[in-house]
Order: sequence, then C-alpha cells, then structure tokens
Amino acid sequence: MLFPGQKKLDSSGANRVVVTGAGIVTALGAGWKKNVDGFRAGKTAFRPVTLFDVSRQRSKIAAEIDLAAEVPATKLSANSLRRLDRAAKMLLLAAHEAWLQSGWQPRENLPVVLGTTGGEMSLGEKYLRQTVQFPFDKKSQPARVRHYQVQRQGIDLCDAFGFSGPVTNISNACASGANAIGHAFEMVRGGHAEKVLTGGYDALCRLTFAGFDSLQALSPAPCRPFDAARDGLTLGEGAAVLTLETFGSAQNRGAEILGEILGYGAATDTHHLTQPHPEGNAALAAMTVACACARISPEEIDYVNAHGTATQQNDATESAAINRWAGERAKNLPVSSTKSSIGHLLGAAGAVEAVVCLMALRGQFLPPQILSDKIDPACRFQIVREPANKKIEIALSNSFGFGGANATLIFRRWP
Amino acid sequence: MSRIFVHGIGAVSPAGWGVAALRDALKKNQPVPTQALARPGWEKPLLVRTVPPPVSTPPFFAHPRLRRAGPIAQFTVAAALEALGGKIEKIQAGGLRLGIIVCVMVGGVNYSRRFYEEVLREPATASPLLFPETVFNAPASHLAAFLGSNAASCTLVGDDGTFLQGLALGAQWLGDEKLDACVVVGAEETDWIVADALKLFERGSVHGAGAGAVLLGKNSGGAIAELSAVTDSFPFTQTQNRAAAVKKMLAQLPESTPGELFCGEEIQKILGKAFTASAAWQCVAACESLRQNELAAASVGVVGTNQQAIGARFLACAGTD
Repeated sequence: MLFPGQKKLDSSGANRVVVTGAGIVTALGAGWKKNVDGFRAGKTAFRPVTLFDVSRQRSKIAAEIDLAAEVPATKLSANSLRRLDRAAKMLLLAAHEAWLQSGWQPRENLPVVLGTTGGEMSLGEKYLRQTVQFPFDKKSQPARVRHYQVQRQGIDLCDAFGFSGPVTNISNACASGANAIGHAFEMVRGGHAEKVLTGGYDALCRLTFAGFDSLQALSPAPCRPFDAARDGLTLGEGAAVLTLETFGSAQNRGAEILGEILGYGAATDTHHLTQPHPEGNAALAAMTVACACARISPEEIDYVNAHGTATQQNDATESAAINRWAGERAKNLPVSSTKSSIGHLLGAAGAVEAVVCLMALRGQFLPPQILSDKIDPACRFQIVREPANKKIEIALSNSFGFGGANATLIFRRWP
Repeated sequence: MSRIFVHGIGAVSPAGWGVAALRDALKKNQPVPTQALARPGWEKPLLVRTVPPPVSTPPFFAHPRLRRAGPIAQFTVAAALEALGGKIEKIQAGGLRLGIIVCVMVGGVNYSRRFYEEVLREPATASPLLFPETVFNAPASHLAAFLGSNAASCTLVGDDGTFLQGLALGAQWLGDEKLDACVVVGAEETDWIVADALKLFERGSVHGAGAGAVLLGKNSGGAIAELSAVTDSFPFTQTQNRAAAVKKMLAQLPESTPGELFCGEEIQKILGKAFTASAAWQCVAACESLRQNELAAASVGVVGTNQQAIGARFLACAGTD
C-alpha cells in the first residue's frame, strides 16, 4: 500500500541513503567515464543546433547530444524500441548504466521517481504540426500521443528492466530532477521504500528553445555563469539516473557504494512566476533545510555545484543566497556551475548535477567553469575556474526553477 | 504510521463552481450538456464539457498572478480555496505550513498550443507572456503565490491515478512532520488538441475540464472523513496488462457494499473525461457522501488512461475527536 505503508527504519530512526548506481548522458558523451573526464577538464560541448530550425532565434547554439541510433539491449519489445524518441532513449541509456552498476534484479514494487519538464515534447510538437497541417491524416498520431506523455518514459523503464512499481513524475520546472532525487531520498530515508530508481531527463525541443528565446534568456554565445558580463543561458539536453537504497540493503548485497545522500531541502519562492526573489530567500531556505536535514553546517561543505544558469537574475539571486547562507565560509568556498560545460538541462539538470557531485567526490576534484572571464563581484565565494584536485568530503547541489521551485541536495564521499 | 484526515474538499467541474454543483450533477445522474469546440480543418466541431463561467467573478481572479493565468490555474485555485475554507487567512498570515500538490496529465495545454502555434508562424515574435504559463507547475506556483505559502510544493504528472498518488504523497509529508496540512489538487483544461487526441483512443469519450481538491491534515477535529488507505499503484506494463493491474488494485481495497465504490466511468459519463480532475472528483464525491452521512465508508477505484490502476479508501469520521 502507498498509504499507510509499513515504515522500515534502522535504529537511529532514519535510514542512511546511499547511491549504488549512476548513469549519465550529456553532450560530453554517454556514460560516467566520458563525463567525468569532461567535467574534470572543464570541457565545453556547445555547437550549432541541428535538431530544429533556429534561424529566427537570438541564440543558435546548444549542448546537443550525438545520440547513438542503437540503445542497449533490454527487455523492451521491438515495437516499444521502435517508438522510443530522443528523451526516452537518453533516459534509457542513463538508466541502463545505473541499473548494471547497481546489480539490482527485477522485482515487484520498485518505485521510480523521475523529473522532467517536457517528457517527449518533440513528439507532441509533431502531433500538433500534423494535426494543423494535415487534419485528416492520422498516421502515426496515436503512437505520438502515447509516447509524448511524461508517464510513458517511466513505464518504459519498468518494461526495459522487468520490474514493476509506482512511477512518480515530478515536474517542478528546472528543479524537477533535484526534486525527484529529493523525494526518492525521503522515501528511503523515511523507511517508505528500501530502494528507489530516480533521476531526471529532458531533450532539446523547439517549443522550449523558442520559449527561453522569447524571454530573452538565451545567450548567443556559450553561457558564462557568475561572469560579470554574463548574458543568458545556453540550453542542453541529457539524462541521469541513480539507484538509491538503504545502507543496510547495499551492505547486505555487498554492493559498491558511490556516495551517500545526506540531505535534501526544498522551498517555494512566491515572488514571481519566472523571476526569483532578489535576495534569494527560497534558495537560502532550501540550502538551510538541506543542511539541517544532513545535520551539518555550511563550514563542512567542500564544494557547491551551483544552479548557475548565467542569466542576470538567477546568478545574482543565487550569489546573494550563497553569501547569506555561507557567511564567513563563503570567502574560500569553491563554487562552480557545470552548466558552463553542458548547458542547462532543465528537468535533467538536478539529476545530472547530482552525478557530477558524485564524480567530484569520488575523483576528489573540483569541476571548473573555464569560460568565465571576469567574475561578478557579487560572488563572495570562490568560482572554480581551473581544473583542480581537491580533497572533498561533502558537496552541495542547487537547482531552481520557474514557478519558484527551489531544491538543494547534499552528498558525502563514500570512503 | 499517522492517521490522516480530510478537512476540506473543493471542486470546479462542467456542472459548475463548487462541490454543491458537482454533487447535484451526480445526484441527477444525467450527463451535463456538451459544448461545440471548433477543430481546425474540420467542419464538424468536437464536443467537450467545459466549465461554465462562475455565477460571480471570484475575487482571486484579480490577483496579479491570476489575471493572465490559463483556465487550469483558475480551476486549481478555486478548488483549493474551497477545500481550504476558513484556513486561508491563517496560511496567508504564516500560521499554518501548507503543502501544495497539484496533479495534472495534460496540464496547461491552452497556452502550450497557442505558444507553439506562434513559434511555427514566427519564432522571433512568440509571446514571452505565454511561455511561462506552459510549464506544468504554473498552477501550483500561482496557488502558492496567492496563499503566500513558501512550504513544499510539487507538481505530479501522470494519468488519472496520479491524483491518488498525490494523496499518498501528501499523507507521507504529513506523516514525516514536514507540514501542518496539505492540499492535493487534480486539474485539467479543455482544448481542441486534447479532444482531438482523445478521439483516437476513445471515440465515445467527451473531454471535460475542471479541478478537484482534497485538504489533508493530521488532526481529527473538524474532519469530514479519514483517508484510510491508498493502494499500491499498479502500472500497465508489458508484463502486467490493464486487467491484471485492476485486479490487483481491487484486491487491496476492502469489499465494497453497493454505493460504496466510486468508479471513474460513471463520473466521466456525467462530467466528461478530465483525467486527474476526474479522479479528484471521484474522491471529492466519496468524501461528500461521508460528510452527508450517506455512507460509513467509501472506496475510489481509478483505472487510469494509460499508466496505472490505483485505489483509495475513505471512512466517515464522526465522533473521532
């Protein structure tokens, strides 16, 4: 039963939550290895958009993925495989990597919690175009309707790996991925589930690209988070999936542990639908709640993976929030936004950046953002601008979104 | 595990604004009238069940956030405010931590379609006013802004059964002591593109719109019902077809006496197929029957459009103080 469930808690009253599998697909490549190499070096993956016409848009670049035509062999039927479009393929690739790494076996009642802003939006676009241009031509339209919808991609994962369980889709704009992992964390920590498959995904699509362009939020050049001369974000696409479980479960299985999730905080900014409160009140609240959940102070954080979209407003607000939250710690606190490498992945951002934190913790490095030229003096913290090895025990990741969704996750290195 | 109680319900439906209108329509057991909706390229219009204009304009329509918001946001706020009743001022004064969960399947499709049509015509001039309203969580954001609530807010996307997942999430948040109360809303709006798509799968179905809301809390005082259970969500997968999922869902619900089980099919015949809003209306109708002392217990079975079968059980709670 989803309610009332039977809570299974360890003696401390809250389960430790560990990550035993992680999969990632970004414009840097598919899989942990390509991405960790890219993030460690601060590589950038922007290029002209080829997926749709951007000739009439202010920005013409994005971190577009070279997606392989083939996806890994799973239990998906040939018919289902044929129907997978871009977002579903990315999600499947990331989930496959995480699933194999975790060593999980198919089972009943394995919850899935995913974050996305658009699901398979490009299919929805195709549906609308055909309906308007050729109203009587219904060819391929039923499949587009079915596979466009957000719930379909989660069901695809159940089918691919042969498990069954509730599929929960969180769509809190650009915080969706972080909220999904946060909700999954709370399920495991609170004893509502022993294991949860979680993550986020979003593919580039014309509607979203034109939407951010209409708001003049896109930069014509690769984004420069926290730069004094920043002029907007650059979109990207991708997916990341994590397998979360109780420490007890991982220990019993002898599973390799990639890291621990210590805390999660979320808060709602009611200032404006698209503009954050100038002083970053909700961002501050999310970081504060996450630290309280993790029972740590800002002094114990070794690295912050910022939301850092490179829009004027986001970076100003986030700077203010980090300054207030970190206090004296800010002056030597390493902060970077890896959106400088792979762009803003919207509903996937929080999940991908969670994996980046795990990479930094496991590899003991600070992911740099090398395009920044002159850092905004509002940043009282240290922007990581060069590749650097560093002893990191705890990392914090911020994700904020339209509608005032603010989420913070905190990770610890697993010894 | 904490006990969870229903402290308020709200509804906006093709029958009108408010639970009373919903209740009257269901009592009459007659389909509410349909409206014609033009479909580009076709002479024959689509038939839908839209929400009639409110008898008088609700004051919240004038809120800066809601003046330009789409119908789904208006339905969401109206249903939630009805469910919240006398608690609104306390929330606005910061005296009650309210969680907000809004469940949608189609979401803000009016603005999404309009914005994309503008993009197809001329991307350089597509309206920046429309785009922000296309995000799934816009209605939840507007509701939070109207209430001045900074606590947890979440938008769940999925088929009809997602509303019941929302109830379970709200119960979890309350059980984990994150909040004092949680309002769960299921909301949808009509659009020709959705009605057109629905025809591909269910020729006899009529697309409907509206919202339903349930306010959850942990105290029994003043409650109108108790949420006693939400079953597992049984997804429709390659290895578990719809019939098998429904069978498993029903097996987790107690056997119902006649009149105790609120099925989606009956409500959709009267009000139209409104996905998460339909499931919300089922729960609202069940709770209203308990409030009116017509039943001692009520079950809701939701067989979703394309994701899951899931059920819930409510109990009358008179004398639980």
